[in-house]
Amino acid sequence: MPRALPYLLLLPATLFLGVFFLYPFLQVAADSALRGGEWTLDNYRRMASHWKFSTAFWNTLLLAALVVPIQLAMALTMASVVTKLEAGRSTLLYIFAIPLGISDLAAGLIWLAIFEQSGFLNSILTTLGVIDQPVLFLSYQNTWVILLAIVLAEVWRATAIMMVIIVAGMGLIPKEYGEAAEVFGASRWQRFTRVTLPMLKPSLQTALILRVILAFEVFAVVVALGGTQFPVLMGETYHWQFTMQDRGVAAAFAMVILGISVAFTLVILRLLHVPKEARV
Amino acid sequence: MSAADTVAPDAVRQSGRWVFATGVALLVLWVLVPIWLLMVNALSSPAEVTAFPKSLIPSFDTGSMAFFFGFGGVLDALWNSVQVAAVTMILAIGLGAPAGYALSRFDFPGKEAFRFLVIMTRAFPLPLLALPLAVMFIRTGLDDTILGLALVHATLALPFAVLITFSLFSGIPVELEEAAWSLGCNRVQAFRKVVLPLAAPGIAASAVFAFVISWNEVFAAAVLTIQNKTLTAFLLQSLDVSPLHLKFAGGAVLVIPALLFIFAVRKYLFAMWGIANR
Amino acid sequence: MAEIRIRGVAKSFGSFTALHEVDLTIADREFMVLLGASGCGKTTLLRIIAGLETPTKGEVWIGDRRVDGLPPRERGIAMVFQNYAVFPHLTVFENIAFGLRMKKMAQAEVDRRVTRTAELMHIEQLLKRYSGQLSGGQRQRVAVARALAMEPEVILMDEPLSNLDALLRMEMRAELKGVLAASNTTTIYVTHDQVEAMSMADRISVMNGGRIVQAASPVEVYRNPAARFVGSFIGNPPMNFLPATRAPGGWEVAGRLFPGPANAPDRIEFAIRPEDIAPASEGFTATVRVVEPLGPHTLVTAEVQGALFRAVLDSDSLPNPGDRLTLAPVPDRVRWFDPETQKALT
Repeated sequence: MPRALPYLLLLPATLFLGVFFLYPFLQVAADSALRGGEWTLDNYRRMASHWKFSTAFWNTLLLAALVVPIQLAMALTMASVVTKLEAGRSTLLYIFAIPLGISDLAAGLIWLAIFEQSGFLNSILTTLGVIDQPVLFLSYQNTWVILLAIVLAEVWRATAIMMVIIVAGMGLIPKEYGEAAEVFGASRWQRFTRVTLPMLKPSLQTALILRVILAFEVFAVVVALGGTQFPVLMGETYHWQFTMQDRGVAAAFAMVILGISVAFTLVILRLLHVPKEARV
Repeated sequence: MSAADTVAPDAVRQSGRWVFATGVALLVLWVLVPIWLLMVNALSSPAEVTAFPKSLIPSFDTGSMAFFFGFGGVLDALWNSVQVAAVTMILAIGLGAPAGYALSRFDFPGKEAFRFLVIMTRAFPLPLLALPLAVMFIRTGLDDTILGLALVHATLALPFAVLITFSLFSGIPVELEEAAWSLGCNRVQAFRKVVLPLAAPGIAASAVFAFVISWNEVFAAAVLTIQNKTLTAFLLQSLDVSPLHLKFAGGAVLVIPALLFIFAVRKYLFAMWGIANR
Repeated sequence: MAEIRIRGVAKSFGSFTALHEVDLTIADREFMVLLGASGCGKTTLLRIIAGLETPTKGEVWIGDRRVDGLPPRERGIAMVFQNYAVFPHLTVFENIAFGLRMKKMAQAEVDRRVTRTAELMHIEQLLKRYSGQLSGGQRQRVAVARALAMEPEVILMDEPLSNLDALLRMEMRAELKGVLAASNTTTIYVTHDQVEAMSMADRISVMNGGRIVQAASPVEVYRNPAARFVGSFIGNPPMNFLPATRAPGGWEVAGRLFPGPANAPDRIEFAIRPEDIAPASEGFTATVRVVEPLGPHTLVTAEVQGALFRAVLDSDSLPNPGDRLTLAPVPDRVRWFDPETQKALT
């Protein structure tokens, strides 16, 4: 009985993940390669030949490339600030963590309130006399403003998750290492780059994987701010599944997202690999 | 304090402190101001929302909110969201906590394989699961139901529940359980009388976390629900057609519970992530 | 009757063998200490007796019941843990009452027993507090009280004093010994601290590498180590060892001739405790290296024919490093060991 106990405890979760995680991913892979009941690459051809595909693909990668580094830098800054603080630490942590609970749709709406034509940005700019009348920021003529708004919204919303992981990781690093480095003459910046960052690798790994994958899944923020004027992969997947009712092509899109997610996960794991013996 | 600080003249140190304080203030504003602006919109009348230029202070008019709650389908969507989130929470904790307990207390062949399965879920864009599951649900009659969507959301929340409860149970010394056994408890009694009371607040926090994951999820909700839309699906699909004040009021209604939830679990956020890391 | 018999108990964790077929009998009401360095298997043995670990093979008997298949709760034992394991969500009262409530004991009896054991451990004024409000020493007392309240046949203690500071440890040592002697229980007490073992035990089982090397009274273990390990582990400083070779009429040790065991290989080891050495006109020639005045006596570390040799001298003798001393062992305190088997020779 005791020998079987752990397996009994794991069974429900394992079954659940088998049915609702492993199986559906096999299914989506199969769907992407099936059309009219036959194995084919048709879905991929249709997807690739659609005029929006390459825009959506590069937009998605561009967004991730812009958003993730900014978030990493901000999250490290926030975490360092928080760990340095003595008074008001928990209040500040709570404030920094607030966006963690906010959905991407809500984040999109929040930044819509700022960027829309009668929004706060226009109001402020007009009041300051920078512009005479409100500008239509989020239009197809201003794709770069849409991009900017999406980047801001994403950075605003999802830096918190990285910050929390990094703060937790910093908490695991004993203070003595930093103090030892200080005694041996390392400056504040050297201590950060030579001691803190290397020891933080496992946390950075988690944070980056999580964030990069979420960045590839970007969807509601984009829809809220750009509508259909800024195609991304997840949006196209939704479009093919829901509006076009073409599951095959939607599945092909899904496989592309899955492919880049797994590829980037492997790259991050490789780049930030820490041998077990060298962990804190 | 580093050596550099102690040799620095007072003036330099003073100005350094100012820079630090300003930086902290800017970061705080960066997080809070956008939420404030959304609230300004939500607490203004529909006319004020579309007016120009805008005030940075709300008029505390309930017009937008009243319009939002009176709008056809909103209340149903809200109720659907709550139900889906509640079922997600129950599924995630009910399935995840036993697994977390097993991981924290036993060494057994296959443990690493299970951990790998859980960690692997992170490398996959989980909302995509909604695509194949939509078909499976139509076959089994789960399409467009609360339970169907909750099952997908539970897939999102389960890995977190497993890792968080794992860290919670690991934080309760095995000795406490062993003491209970030596004092006459069987395994179940020891769990109920010793482990559960100690883990309860943390389990509650991770349940709240599961609730928030579901409450906020957009893609799967939008793909899987048609008649029984959740609030996020409802808002997303009416984005092109709905007036601004509806959007902002809806955004506020999405945000407010999230703020409360995060506040409720703030003590556990870091403990949860500290181990969920490894 | 709670005699404990351990028959051929072995335990391996994967390829690591923590215990090699241990046999041990602990008499009813005996205070048995399991003594050894960390990793010697003492805690594993205790946990097997408690039922927290399953032996790979062997039998455990408590009284006339074979218990190795039973869960801890059915063994009639109580245990005190190294980190006390005082339940943080319960008051001190409820901690002590925990086991009694599991037995569904009447409230009046629970009250009586909790009060009695709390008084015994001098914590009656703490009954309403929580673990978080207690000091380490107080938690320790709660853990002992909780075990005593069960009125068990056997109390198992896993390094109960190791987390206390030195002064408190000495105080608790004497107190525990008194309380346990009065309680009619058989006690098995695990420690790595030889002073604790010597001062509390009826018998000590010295363990090394998953085996019991010697099980005997403290004085016997100290005076007549059954193995070289016991001599080198017990005693502070430990025994001195010098090589001995067979010579006509006895054994030659560092140029001196000693009578010794007749039945032995040609090369054996001579052993003597540092306090059984005194300056004399005839003896080993020792070159002093380090002198440590300790108050009641002086510890001298010297060299005898290239081997390390310690002597505890009276506090008046304060040689200087480099001095040559002539040191003689007390003849009837000399012990001999076989370097092959490591066993004592007589």
